Amino acid sequence: MAEFSVIGERLPRVDAREKVTGKAKYAADYSFPKPDMLWCKLSRSPYPHARILNIDTSAAERLSGVKAVVTGKDFGGWTWGWMPATRDEPPLAVDKVRYMAEAVAGVAAIDEDTAEEACELIKVDYEELPSVFDPEKAMKDGAPKVHDYVKNNISVEYHWNFGDADKAFAESYIVREDRFKTSRATHGYLEPPAILAYYDPTGYITVWAAKQSPYFHYRHLSACFKLPLSKIRVIQPFIGGGFGGTKNDSLAGDFCAVLLSKLTGRPVKYVESMEEELMTSRRRHSMIVYSKMGAKKDGALTAIHHRVIADGGGYTAVGPLSIYLAGFATTLPYKLPNFKYDAYRVFTNNPIGAAMRGHGITHTRFAAEIQMEMIAEELGIDPVEMRMRNAIDNPKPGTVYETINKVTLKTCGIKEAIRKVAETPIWRDRDRTPVKEGDISWGVGLSGTSYLGGARQMGHQSCAAIVRICEDGTVNLITGATDCGQGSDTVLCMIAAEELGIELKDIDIKRVDTAYTPVDPGSYGSRVTILAGQATQKAAREAKKQLLEAAAKTWQVAPEDIEIRHRKVFVVSDPEKSMPFGKLARIACYSGTGAVILGTGYSSYGVEPLDLTNGIGNGGTSYSFTAQLAKVGVDIETGKITVTNFTIASDCGRLLSPITAEGQIEGGAIQGLGQTLYEDFVMDKGKTLNPSFLDYKMPLSMDVPDIELIDVVTDDPDGPFGAKEASEGSIVSTPPAVVSAIHNATGIWFKELPITPEKVVKALREKAPELVGNGNSP
Amino acid sequence: MLTVNGKSYELSVSPWRTLLEVIREDLGLTGTKEGCHLGECGACTVIMDGKTVNSCLVLATEADGKQVTTIEGLADGDKLHPVQQAFVDHGGLQCGFCTPGMIMSAKVLLDEKPDPSKEEIKRAIAGNMCRCTGYTKIIESIKAAAGNVEGK
Repeated sequence: MAEFSVIGERLPRVDAREKVTGKAKYAADYSFPKPDMLWCKLSRSPYPHARILNIDTSAAERLSGVKAVVTGKDFGGWTWGWMPATRDEPPLAVDKVRYMAEAVAGVAAIDEDTAEEACELIKVDYEELPSVFDPEKAMKDGAPKVHDYVKNNISVEYHWNFGDADKAFAESYIVREDRFKTSRATHGYLEPPAILAYYDPTGYITVWAAKQSPYFHYRHLSACFKLPLSKIRVIQPFIGGGFGGTKNDSLAGDFCAVLLSKLTGRPVKYVESMEEELMTSRRRHSMIVYSKMGAKKDGALTAIHHRVIADGGGYTAVGPLSIYLAGFATTLPYKLPNFKYDAYRVFTNNPIGAAMRGHGITHTRFAAEIQMEMIAEELGIDPVEMRMRNAIDNPKPGTVYETINKVTLKTCGIKEAIRKVAETPIWRDRDRTPVKEGDISWGVGLSGTSYLGGARQMGHQSCAAIVRICEDGTVNLITGATDCGQGSDTVLCMIAAEELGIELKDIDIKRVDTAYTPVDPGSYGSRVTILAGQATQKAAREAKKQLLEAAAKTWQVAPEDIEIRHRKVFVVSDPEKSMPFGKLARIACYSGTGAVILGTGYSSYGVEPLDLTNGIGNGGTSYSFTAQLAKVGVDIETGKITVTNFTIASDCGRLLSPITAEGQIEGGAIQGLGQTLYEDFVMDKGKTLNPSFLDYKMPLSMDVPDIELIDVVTDDPDGPFGAKEASEGSIVSTPPAVVSAIHNATGIWFKELPITPEKVVKALREKAPELVGNGNSP
Repeated sequence: MLTVNGKSYELSVSPWRTLLEVIREDLGLTGTKEGCHLGECGACTVIMDGKTVNSCLVLATEADGKQVTTIEGLADGDKLHPVQQAFVDHGGLQCGFCTPGMIMSAKVLLDEKPDPSKEEIKRAIAGNMCRCTGYTKIIESIKAAAGNVEGK
């Protein structure tokens, strides 16, 4: 292993001090002085599907303190979306509303209370329309149409066919068909979306907005307000969690705040309430997965056919990517010779389905993992053996493994990960489970999964970085990447420090300001460490090259003969010749060529656009692999499930910042635990019945199991210092591990998430009366 | 009369305004965060007369005459409070939005119980949601801080 000075060290985050002292400012913490700044609030639809006949804003406008009111028509017919063909969403509803609480008007007033009061005075005449909430019903002929021009409410569909799945099923020893369903989970960040906007009358926009991918917002504002990108300034505050979805996109409140600022000439602030957020957030799609899987007698998989129906809600948003991701990675991490995929993303009158951590893959991998274990059970094959038989081998260095849909792997630690968790005492003791202690039946389960890092999409793909050497030896790192909590600022600074041979504290990273930082796709699909990391590495190397040239000139030696380590510059062949890094910086800045010492770099991996239509090729740059154990206790009387242990072996490539990576893996696993056991929006005719954290239950400290992490280090050639993704693997591995453990404890396979106590009690009574009835060991 | 971080303020506030609003808007102490405004998430936790409260559920007038400590009042100049330092050293934070409230809950726990068990730590922060860390490193941070805080 190469010797590193900074990489791999357990160093504190670069933003930790600001965050623990309360000095870190988030979007809602920014304000203009009182008499100037206005507050924006939105009027929202009480119907899930209704035509807007008329909006009367006159009473609201007459209210003292109200400065302006806008409706959908004020945006001049502009709509937006993820792809040119799917720009179906207006900033405010214009002709009709397509989901409950969709925004229809925005108010700017002198304070929040007045703005709220004005919203209540806006009179909207609605003509209620027939609604549809079940995606399977929405696909049928004659169902109410969410968008008039769309046949059968199908927002996006893909039909891929690799190999010959039908023939393979016919020749399989065993074939299973099951229906799985995932929940309407949401991101659950504690910082509600917020923006402070100022439209300068000379024609430029400045916003402080809570965006994990600020350059999406920058493009949206440019297109919506018909201003050149050079006039759009998104200044990035600290971000209170992202996890995909809402903070990747722009919201009604964002567009309204900017337009209201334009109309009034004053800064406008909008902070969404958590209730509004939970009613309207772009949540994870609920997906129905009809999974058909075939295997030989020895357990070798022969084919998978997935028919996926995703509840898209009222608009397309990032949906084309969601169902692409739910398909392309089904050939990981197990060898699969035949794969067929029919996916439908369907419009309904529910809130919009979009991206969330583990995007797409978590649904279909959950289905495939559980079904593979069901087949193993029928064949009498041990769960570890079943997985090891099918798992993809780690390609030899310099070689590439290619799946049937041409996903390419240069490293794959899945076998090592499974082997390592299977060696732990928890798995070795599994022979003795299920164990019943009083009313609790204990079980242990396993999963083996994969996730992509370095996500691609359709348009701009590349990250860029600038490394600026200051004359005192400190360094500014300027990227377009956003740290929404995952720790990427720390990782990028570590990369720069390692390359330059200096210390982490010598590097200062700037948050995004689109007026100065390079354009960047965003913080999604676990792409920052890999792609902004590669850009940073290249920029640092270029800056270092210029420094070494200055040193070479001073010492009259070749630049290749000079090294920098621990802030010390020295001649390798003559270590007596040395100087501090700061001195070299000064020499280079003062007496070099006259040039400013700036290194620039951009990422070069993953620049080919996605093949959505055919599903061929890579969705990412590289792939992480995770094996996970879960130990659970199921209370047979109450149905309550307690999770006591997670053991997670992760192949994230080389860990650049172990504390950061561990935090990501632990956090992803607990978020995954939430969507397995608790989290689901309860909907009644389009209405969210649980838009609060009291009723939408997320894991609390008391729910958290002991987590043991095991590193599986592969050295991926397509990542800085061999890194792969570490943020999303564990949210994919957790649900199947927990479901497998619940099966081990109860003998029941749960195929719909979340597995609430009600579902457990009901299933136990129906399927395992012997467990419920007596207190003996099953 | 409201005392926040040892400094007294004489304020005239409308009866319906919360302590959270007054801390953030009138005093400009934005370190205390507003998450849900319903007392569910714990992001707005401050210490009032030695006990943690959700400042979104406390009317500003109820804090009249009380001693309030916010996240801004913990560090001694440049020297972080041991709980803050432990969160820095042990990765007890990610996005940082829950962090001020979490640290206040941890501080009160350690003031009352200098050497808490893991269960006691979990219970002390049960009213503080964190969506990023999965709590594991927060619990480790508080445990580590316990060794460095002098009990009262």
